[in-house]
This record gives sequence, structure tokens and C-alpha cells, in this order.
Amino acid sequence: MLTLHCPYCGTDADETDLHAGGQAHLKRYGPGSSDDQFEDYMFMRENPKGVHFERWRHVYGCGKWFLAARCTATLEVFGTYPAQTTEPPPDLRAKISAKRPGWTWGDFA
Amino acid sequence: MKRYSAFAIAKEAFRQHTGWTRAWANPAPRAKYDVIIVGAGGHGLATAYYLGKNFGITNVAILEKGWLGGGNTGRNTTIIRSNYLQDPSAAIYEKSRSLYETMSQDLNYNVMFSPRGVIMLAQTQHEIRGYKRTAHANALQGVKTEWIGPEKVKELCPIMNIDGPRYPVLGGLWQARGGTARHDAVAWGYARACSDMGMHVIQQCEVTAIRRDGGRVVGVDTTKGAIDCDKLGLVVAGHSGVMAQMAGFRLPIESVALQALVSEPIKPCMDVVVMANTVHGYMSQSDKGEMVIGGGTDGYNNYTQRGSFHHIEETVRALIETFPMIARLKMLRQWGGIVDVTGDRSPILSKTPVDGVFVNCGWGTGGFKAIPGSGWAMAELMAKGASPLTDEFSMFRFREGKFIDESVAAGVAH
Repeated sequence: MLTLHCPYCGTDADETDLHAGGQAHLKRYGPGSSDDQFEDYMFMRENPKGVHFERWRHVYGCGKWFLAARCTATLEVFGTYPAQTTEPPPDLRAKISAKRPGWTWGDFA
Repeated sequence: MKRYSAFAIAKEAFRQHTGWTRAWANPAPRAKYDVIIVGAGGHGLATAYYLGKNFGITNVAILEKGWLGGGNTGRNTTIIRSNYLQDPSAAIYEKSRSLYETMSQDLNYNVMFSPRGVIMLAQTQHEIRGYKRTAHANALQGVKTEWIGPEKVKELCPIMNIDGPRYPVLGGLWQARGGTARHDAVAWGYARACSDMGMHVIQQCEVTAIRRDGGRVVGVDTTKGAIDCDKLGLVVAGHSGVMAQMAGFRLPIESVALQALVSEPIKPCMDVVVMANTVHGYMSQSDKGEMVIGGGTDGYNNYTQRGSFHHIEETVRALIETFPMIARLKMLRQWGGIVDVTGDRSPILSKTPVDGVFVNCGWGTGGFKAIPGSGWAMAELMAKGASPLTDEFSMFRFREGKFIDESVAAGVAH
């Protein structure tokens, strides 16, 4: 069973305590944006076989949303971090680079 | 190709079965093909088959990174039905179901199509309304389905408890001409027919890059070397996102794991397929006697071909209320496949931003039933550039808001 560390509660939560919320770091476009940008935000999704960033909610815990970095090919969890950020923290990116050299995801690397 | 028949079996019986030939060839790739199909699962092989049969295009290679039909084609619950709500869905799935009826004769390969009938149970008031609506829609679309009451459900499937405490059976949507088929045989039958037309089915040949020149595809790099092509069809289900990345465009698709399991074999007790969407489980009995059970998807991206264990428990727990007799049954095997799910839960059969590249994906949790229809339509799309069956399934429909929304139509299991 997938186990993720809730950055708010400070506890490890089982998959059954969590709800998956899809891709993280979606860039939202405001008024005046193009159809392409809206399509990108609304429908297009990162779907990598490897490093992936996604949203999770600690439903049967604190109820809060957090973000996680995970490998979709091995189910290895690299780390979790609070949702109040627009990009993965540098220390987590360094940790992923040590394990998956050369990884890229969206605009991040 | 040596034709399979009762006479052939009798003839071989007299010479210790020494006269059988290989069902399909195992060739080395040529330098160039007119068409390359990536993915030798059901959909890819069917696409190649109908390219040859309907359009005479036989200079075709089907590349497979693993083995023939080793992905989702060999990992599903083999259910065939076409009781969808939206017109474009009903058209392609009904085409598919009708092609299944004659597939064994067409391919000269027994795919064991068994039109035993499919019931989709209504266990809430919402489902009653939803399925009656689907039945009316199907009547207009020319798909034979009917709404049946709980007594008829009990008559069709006596092992069912229709008076369950939490979700009693209130009726169902019955498609008498739906059923099951042997999933491996579908892939093998198509592969044999493709090979017989001179096409190359190349296994253990993984595509590592898609070569383009000025916005047009010119070939692919593979683990067996570079191969040129004029047209490229990507028919890889779960790995569609990976292939799209190679070709330089994005898809509105996420890949998740979907699980199924079978019990130990028991005596025949159920001769229909039952789908219970409220509790999210579906069941049928295989010819070997195993109860074949399909469950739900995990909610997160996954490429590991194994799902979360707690989903098995949830699925079986839900089915036990409706089928009390399976409570003591031992489960024999469980497996997972990687399914490609789109935003509106409908497939994508489409041209792409790269000239000469076509994509057939997004069948999500229900691709097996669509194999022949999907191949038929995809072949027409690749040969002629358009097909009435695929027009609505373009990958550009999302930006235009032209969804084929089956996810809220209560006509599907997921």
C-alpha cells in the first residue's frame, strides 16, 4: 500500500486515508489568455513514466491538501511538501536528481 | 496460411499432427514500410488487419515492445457490449459488437465469442432513470437493449440476491447480444491474418524515438534499429503519453492501473455478464468455471501493472451482498493493466499535430469490447484521412468543448 507523509500532521498516512487529486503545479491562466493556454490548463496533463508531481488530500486525517513527488514506474515516493507553493522545493529536486539524473517534468528539472 | 477446419484436424490426426505450420511469422524488420503501427495489442493488430482487408495496404509493420497481446488485451474481463448513451459511442461500439459476431469466420480463428447477454444492474433511483434513458437512446440508435424489472433479473441470473439490505436490485439494462470472447484469441487471430497478408508482426521491438522532418513523420528508432515509414499509428493504450512525448505533442490523458481477478473454478452457475456500477464490481463465469471479477481503478498515475490491494477487497465485498454464494470462494489470481483515461472517458481516434502520425488511445477501462470497431475506424482514418466513425473522437474536441461525455451518462462502469 502506498504510504505518504502528511507534511501538516507529520504522520505517515496509508493510501486508504488519502485521496488522489491529480497533477500538481497546474498553471492557471486569467482573462485574455488564449484558447491554447486554456486547453492546456483544463485538459492537458503530464503523464510521465517516471518522476511525477501530484496533489493529495489527507481525507481521513487533517483534511488538507499537500503535494507529493513520486515515480510512476516504481511507485517510489521521493517526498511530500505543503501545497502553498508554485514549485517543488530545491532540496526535494536535488534528492530526485540524485536518484533520477536528468529528470524533467513540465517546466521543472 | 493453413486453414483451420474440422477436416484439417481430421487430416492431421492421421499424421501425428506434424503438418501444422506457425500461426504467424517472426520476421526481422525491413528498412521501410508504408505504415507502422506501434503496439501489437488487439487495437493495433485490428487496425493493421483492416488496413489490409478494406484498403489493400499490406506493406505494414506492427511493432510490439513486449509480446503479442501481452498488455491490456490479455488483462481484461473480456466483456463485449454496446449499450452507450451518446450517438458517436453507440456507433463505434455497436460496429465493434457486430464485427465480433462474425470474427471467428472472418479470421478463420475461433475467438469463442459468446453472446450470453449483459445486465447492468440498477441499484439506485438515479440508475433507474439513467438506464431507462440509455434504453430509449439505444432504441433510436438501433442498438438492441431493453429495461427489465427485478424479477426478470432474478430469472436471468438466479444466483443473485435481489433483496440486498443496502443496494437492492431495482431492475437493469439488458443487452441480450452482448457477451464475452476469448481475449488472447482475438490478438492471435488478428496476428495470424495480418501475417498471412504479408504484414510484419515484430515483437520485442520497442520504439525509442519518433523521427520527424519539417512537421512530418519519417520513421522511428527502435531497439531493433531505425525503420522508416510514411504513416505512423500509435496504438499503445497506457503508454500513449510516453509515445506522444516522443512525437512532440501532449494528450489529455492520464494512465492509471485497473485491476481484475478470478476465483477458483466452480460448476456453471451464471450464464450472463452482470455489471453493478453503484457498488463498482462486475462478474461473469469463464468457460473454465472461474468467476471473472473486475474492479475499480486507482486514483493516481501508475505504470506498474499492479494495483492497490485494498481495491480488491472493496470490489469483492461489494459483490458479496449481491452474490452471497461467492462469499466462501477462494480467489485464484489478480492482475492489473495500465489504462489510458481521458477527461470525458471517451476514446481518441485522431490525426495529431504531426503530419502522418495518427493516434488511437483513451479507451480507458473498456477497450476490449471495441477492438474490431476501433481497428475498422482507425484503418479508414489512416487510409483516407477521415472516417465517419472517428470524426467525433478527435483529440482536438476538448478545446472545442465537444465532449462525448460518457462519464456522467451512467452508461459505463467507470
